[in-house]
Amino acid sequence: MDLFISQLLNGIGNGVVYASVALALVLIFRTTGLLNFAQGEMALFSTYISWKLASSGLPVVAAILLSMVIAFVAGAIIERVLIRPVEVGRSPLNVVIVTLGMFLAINSFAQLFFGTDPQTMPKPWPSDASGNDERINFLGQSISWAVIALALVLTAECVLLFLLLQKTRLGLKIRAVASNPDSSRLVGINAGAILMLGWALSAAIGALAGSLVAARSTGFDASLMATVLVYAFAAAALGGFDSPLGAVISGLVVGVADALTTQYVDALNGIELVVPLGLILIVLLVRPTGLFGRQTVERV
Amino acid sequence: MALLELQGVTGGYGPVQVLHGIDVAVEEGQVAVVLGANGAGKTTTLRAISGLIPVSGEIIFDGTPITGRRPENVAKAGIAHVPQGRGTFVELTAEENLRLGAVTRDGDVSADVNRWFEVFPRLGERRGQAAGSMSGGEQQMLAIARAMMARPRLLLLDEPSLGLAPLITRELFEQLGEINREEGLTILVVEQNANLALDIGNHGYVLETGHIVTSGSADSLRGDDAVRKAYLGF
Repeated sequence: MDLFISQLLNGIGNGVVYASVALALVLIFRTTGLLNFAQGEMALFSTYISWKLASSGLPVVAAILLSMVIAFVAGAIIERVLIRPVEVGRSPLNVVIVTLGMFLAINSFAQLFFGTDPQTMPKPWPSDASGNDERINFLGQSISWAVIALALVLTAECVLLFLLLQKTRLGLKIRAVASNPDSSRLVGINAGAILMLGWALSAAIGALAGSLVAARSTGFDASLMATVLVYAFAAAALGGFDSPLGAVISGLVVGVADALTTQYVDALNGIELVVPLGLILIVLLVRPTGLFGRQTVERV
Repeated sequence: MALLELQGVTGGYGPVQVLHGIDVAVEEGQVAVVLGANGAGKTTTLRAISGLIPVSGEIIFDGTPITGRRPENVAKAGIAHVPQGRGTFVELTAEENLRLGAVTRDGDVSADVNRWFEVFPRLGERRGQAAGSMSGGEQQMLAIARAMMARPRLLLLDEPSLGLAPLITRELFEQLGEINREEGLTILVVEQNANLALDIGNHGYVLETGHIVTSGSADSLRGDDAVRKAYLGF
């Protein structure tokens, strides 16, 4: 039983990370209708910036916040300079190819600038001298601070995003551009600015997720986000690409399913990636819109 | 002076030129009608005014040239455009659709929202419902109410009758006529349903393959043999 619960907690810890990255994917999908394959690598680059800032003496929380601001600006610039020129009036596949190119380019740049040696990200939560996360006892179980911190951050992200999208005028504009770009321009919304904002927000969320993933692992290098992105895509597909809530719940589901199956199914030892890929396959077969995705109803 | 004036406007999509130098003038407070068959360039004319396609020539709104302005800036200048297919934000609720009509305005717009739900009571009953689940007629009403939320000076309507039952279309045009009379709103409507459109129109234009071939008062167009044969069917 203890083993089960500790694996469950472990799964939730991973799941929170998948959920954060899935959230960033969904945010771009909702505003632009596109999948950003470079999401993980953008987060990786931001993670290196967090690490660089923290190792230059900045407190780690401040370093991560600053890196999020930088990612926010960079995300907007990427949308304007790399994405929009290939997007206007042409096939959406063009953009997909550009994000694939960014995937490769950003990863290579990260290795070029920051080297290939594994680095250690300082932890923004309590840890002991040898770098292990401190744990607290909760209902007889010991939970690491990493899981608690990640869960709190994800909850805060969800609440803020919900408030932004559902309760503000800006959020209404974002949802309008996602729903009908032409129509939103006709009512006077600067759709271009909204798309930049979508990329900016998503890059900032990715920066946060990447930095926390790195802090949770013992060391990180340029392959940090590669598997995370696969799990995040699985979560986004499971939740339905247009549902932020679905992304979060499915992120947790994917994390827990992965932890439990690899614990209890010996055959999966070493090939854990089968779990998210299997989940994607089943979801697409049984419920193509995902568990929480909306099937758009439109009468004409 | 005309509120909206198109002088020698040409435009199209990429290499395909659709409009070959058209002149249109819409007087303040009036309803102007552009008639034409499929492919004549009616929708393109409205898209040109709204800045959705690149054009050459002059488009003057209220004495100011707006040629080449981006759609969001044309909207801010006071031109509301109900596009073909109604441009509904299908995932959003009826009320959110209306609020989006007023995004260029400052302050609370709830009074206007309530007002248009009173003008179109069937929309009022569906306030919180996803707009995509409403019938075609309801979506057309929603699109007009959304456009009116901006308190525009000029309303562009792209084939409001498309896909609607004849009775609904008639009702809709009666309401448009009322809006024109009561608000003094200037309207430019493109239509294939010439009868209904000329009923509320003051002035009409006939568009054929990107050229204005005939224009005149609504009454004179109704009396024109060629127009009657081609567009009125008697």
